[in-house]
Amino acid sequence: MLGDHAIAEGALAAGCNFFAGYPITPASPIAERMSWRMNHVDGDYIQLEDEIASMAAIIGASCAGAKAMTATSGPGLSLMLENIGLAYMMEVPCVVVNVMRGGPSTGMPTLTSQGDVMQAKWGSHGDYEMISYCPSNVQEMFDFTVKSFNLAERYRTPVILLADQILGLMTSNLTIPHEVKLNTEYRKLPPKDTINYKPYDNAELIPPMALAGMGYKVHMTGLTHNEFGYPAATPDTHSKLMSRIRDKFILNLDEIIDLEKINLNDCNIAFIAYGSESQSVKGAIKIAEKKGLKIGLLRLKTIWPFPIKEVVELSQQVRKIIVPEINMGQIVHFVREYAHCEVISMPHPGGSLHSPEEIYAKIKEVIS
Amino acid sequence: MTLPMFVETHPRDELVRTERLPHIWCPGCGLGNILSGFTQAIINSKGTIPIDNQVVVSGIGCSGRFAGYVKVDSYHTTHGRAIPFATGLKLANKKLNVSVISGDGDLMTIGGNHLIHAARRNINLNVIFVNNFNYGMTGGQFGATTPHGAITTTSAKGNYEHPFSMPYLMASAGASYVARWTTLHLKQLEKSIENAFHHDGFSFIEVISPCPKGFGRKNNFKTGLDQMRYFESASLKSDNINLKEATASMKLLDNLPVGEFIIDNKPSYLKVKEATILNNGGRT
Repeated sequence: MLGDHAIAEGALAAGCNFFAGYPITPASPIAERMSWRMNHVDGDYIQLEDEIASMAAIIGASCAGAKAMTATSGPGLSLMLENIGLAYMMEVPCVVVNVMRGGPSTGMPTLTSQGDVMQAKWGSHGDYEMISYCPSNVQEMFDFTVKSFNLAERYRTPVILLADQILGLMTSNLTIPHEVKLNTEYRKLPPKDTINYKPYDNAELIPPMALAGMGYKVHMTGLTHNEFGYPAATPDTHSKLMSRIRDKFILNLDEIIDLEKINLNDCNIAFIAYGSESQSVKGAIKIAEKKGLKIGLLRLKTIWPFPIKEVVELSQQVRKIIVPEINMGQIVHFVREYAHCEVISMPHPGGSLHSPEEIYAKIKEVIS
Repeated sequence: MTLPMFVETHPRDELVRTERLPHIWCPGCGLGNILSGFTQAIINSKGTIPIDNQVVVSGIGCSGRFAGYVKVDSYHTTHGRAIPFATGLKLANKKLNVSVISGDGDLMTIGGNHLIHAARRNINLNVIFVNNFNYGMTGGQFGATTPHGAITTTSAKGNYEHPFSMPYLMASAGASYVARWTTLHLKQLEKSIENAFHHDGFSFIEVISPCPKGFGRKNNFKTGLDQMRYFESASLKSDNINLKEATASMKLLDNLPVGEFIIDNKPSYLKVKEATILNNGGRT
């Protein structure tokens, strides 16, 4: 199955019944498949006038109870950022897929990149936390989409799935496990007591969410709000609200963060990589093994929240960490901030991946 | 001598978030009248539309605060994006009666693209477009509906741009219900909002509203009352007017056409969508 289609099928398996989008290379096959597949789940597909509208529509749909998704690429994500902040502030579950392509600007629509990883975490204004997963093969396009929906619902937050052009347009085998549908999550709904319901009760880490039409007469706003959801622009209210929302992530890092560890027990040199680029790293590790070198890999399936603890631990155990990525050096800065060892950036301007041979050459350079 | 009468509650309190009063709107502002008309229309429609199914979505600005005062499920969204947000709400729960209430700067200037596309789709939303001819909350700058020549804080020599005529634009874009009233026409507005609630398709009601602080006092209307007096003298009920002529110049000698300009029973977005799917093999 096509990687983009695997995302669409993952969304359906996770219970997605609303898709809003705008055509963009290389994410359009997701919209195309959703426009057809929504018929089968009595859901809705709407093609809007731009990505700003698409993002606004999925938040609105989620407020009315839908499990909602949009899919785009870099230029579209740029347009969605303001409303991603709205979803964060209103605490509305939704999933945004970004099939990354070469940027900045129109860049290289048909070629790959990992240039938007920082944008996902820092693109919308103000301070916010983000959950982002980086798939590295077609199976993970499906699996991580399901996971993105489940965590969006569990934590009442937007989740950004960071795929890239190579994965989006790659065809590969896909297994859809039977149990996926049984394990889909849905936001906690409030108790029947409509009078005493506080939509943003600070006593609860993740307050239950009342949907439009349930009779709770909720008010939701992007303004700093008190526990009743009403605007209250004071430093104290802002601090309480921001802290509670942030704690949803910070207190649940173990549930959110997912990593793959290869050869990490006894290596001197390790890679930190993510997404399709990690496949090249795995190739380089195999070449190194044949030559008698044991090289490690910490693969970030979760890129946000950043796995600080695991990076610190790794850096205390190895001599050097190499960070290859298809951008001019983004995640490497985060690694450097926390690592206690030497951190070597291996950037790539985009358009293709590093080859395993290039990465192996880097290993040799670093060792000598 | 008439003694003042004190009452504990107002008949429409059940639909107003009274705990949030006093509101932020200035003396002389028309938004209170619109809140009054809108809540009365909800009460009048109770028999056919349960209050629990009423939803209000607003954008940003003075009119954008509407969602924060009306006591139904209400959403205060980002600048210009109330319509796509409302589109998502409506599609995800088709029982909801979704009204978008926001200002001219929000809905037409920054959000104009969404407005014309929603009208083109004839999507099942009610848009109450509060036109006070300026950006009130940010201090009275000109926008896409500010009359040519008007003085604003960013057009000290007079506005050198030309405004949209909203009814003409909405009719051209495909809206199937188009009306215009001023905040003086409270009863007509109330009835019009009720009609919009029951209209199957995209309904657009422009409400011309006084803004003494942002617009009026720089443009020959010293107080809100002066602008209301102008509405009284200039408004002309013209249901069958050629919409090209449905301007709103705010000039003393010009007419201000009001009325229910378009009531078209063409099928709504949801009807066309279901029929198209059904005629092509259904949801398989």
